[in-house]
Amino acid sequence: MYNGKYIIPGIVIFVGLFTFPFWSNLLTPKYERPQLALPAGQKECIEPAEYMRAEHMHILDVWRDQALREGKRAYVASNGKVWDISLQNTCMKCHANKADFCDKCHNSNSVSPYCWDCHVAPRGNQ
Amino acid sequence: MSTTRRQFLKIAGLSVFGLGASTALDAADAVAKDMPGAKYEVGGKHLAAKRWAMVIDTRKLESREDYARIIDACHKVHNVPSIPTKQEIKWIWTDKYDRVFTDDMSQHLSPAVREKDYLLLCNHCENPPCVRVCPTKATFKRADGIVVMDYHRCIGCRFCMAGCPYGARSFNFGDPRPYLKEVNPAFPTRMRGVVEKCTFCSERLEVGLLPACVEASNGAILFGDLDDPNSPVRKALAENFSIRRKPSIGTQPGVYYIV
Repeated sequence: MYNGKYIIPGIVIFVGLFTFPFWSNLLTPKYERPQLALPAGQKECIEPAEYMRAEHMHILDVWRDQALREGKRAYVASNGKVWDISLQNTCMKCHANKADFCDKCHNSNSVSPYCWDCHVAPRGNQ
Repeated sequence: MSTTRRQFLKIAGLSVFGLGASTALDAADAVAKDMPGAKYEVGGKHLAAKRWAMVIDTRKLESREDYARIIDACHKVHNVPSIPTKQEIKWIWTDKYDRVFTDDMSQHLSPAVREKDYLLLCNHCENPPCVRVCPTKATFKRADGIVVMDYHRCIGCRFCMAGCPYGARSFNFGDPRPYLKEVNPAFPTRMRGVVEKCTFCSERLEVGLLPACVEASNGAILFGDLDDPNSPVRKALAENFSIRRKPSIGTQPGVYYIV
């Protein structure tokens, strides 16, 4: 082989760099679902936890339009319970611990929603 | 087996279509879903009207304390900051006659009327210019006549401030929170870069309460349905001579003044 002493180390370096995402992923610690501080004394959220985990942002989006634009401020959940549509006065009444509930998941997923620029975060961060 | 170019292109085209369709179906599947069975309803306690309106009986408002009490009540409930510069935020404020009723041509008004302070707030117009000019529909008029804002949508272009003939809108040039002495935890604040204004307390009407300024006014401010002849506002308007701000421009304000 011509120039084998250049080509073979070059191929090795290229393959090493090219597969960087794969082996760096194997070396870093595995993603773990953060441990959230769930509200004490409350068993269930307005909807099943699985649904809330996946779609809470969608619910908040629809809540805002329904409350503000349609004037509908009561949410009848799928189990028939009625809730006032309000982030500060309904959601945060139970989830009073923003740092250990909202922020933990948002931080570990690198999302920074700007809810709290306007909405007042709950004071009781216990 | 020999394949003609024509057959090859047919099969290739079909395969590309199949691949594309499956990704499109996956994407459609990923769209956010409402919880089956969930519904949205109007709250049981809310006050309803066809056209909300306000009557301010200026004869019953005399002292500086009267105005301060009303303004404080509003600003406390809605987390309105007190910024001491030109960048102030105003939901409800006062001014003198010649800057309030600019259409009035009377040269020899009684000095008492001319020197008096008048309460000013958003007029919740029938034809609101701010709604017409808003490029994002952040400002809109509800079916009951209240002009409100969705701060989530406001991009801070300030067209509405240019459009409003009453100066009822204020812009947040900076973060308003440092200027709040105490924060009402039941109501949001605003952020840097959005416009804000009086909401006719639409959030209080939803839970069966009258606007904060009406409650604090000891009967000097009346609130009710303009389309209902038996409402307190219609009765007051029927019995007294009333004026509105800048009637000639056709905005049809919803705030009336008994002078």
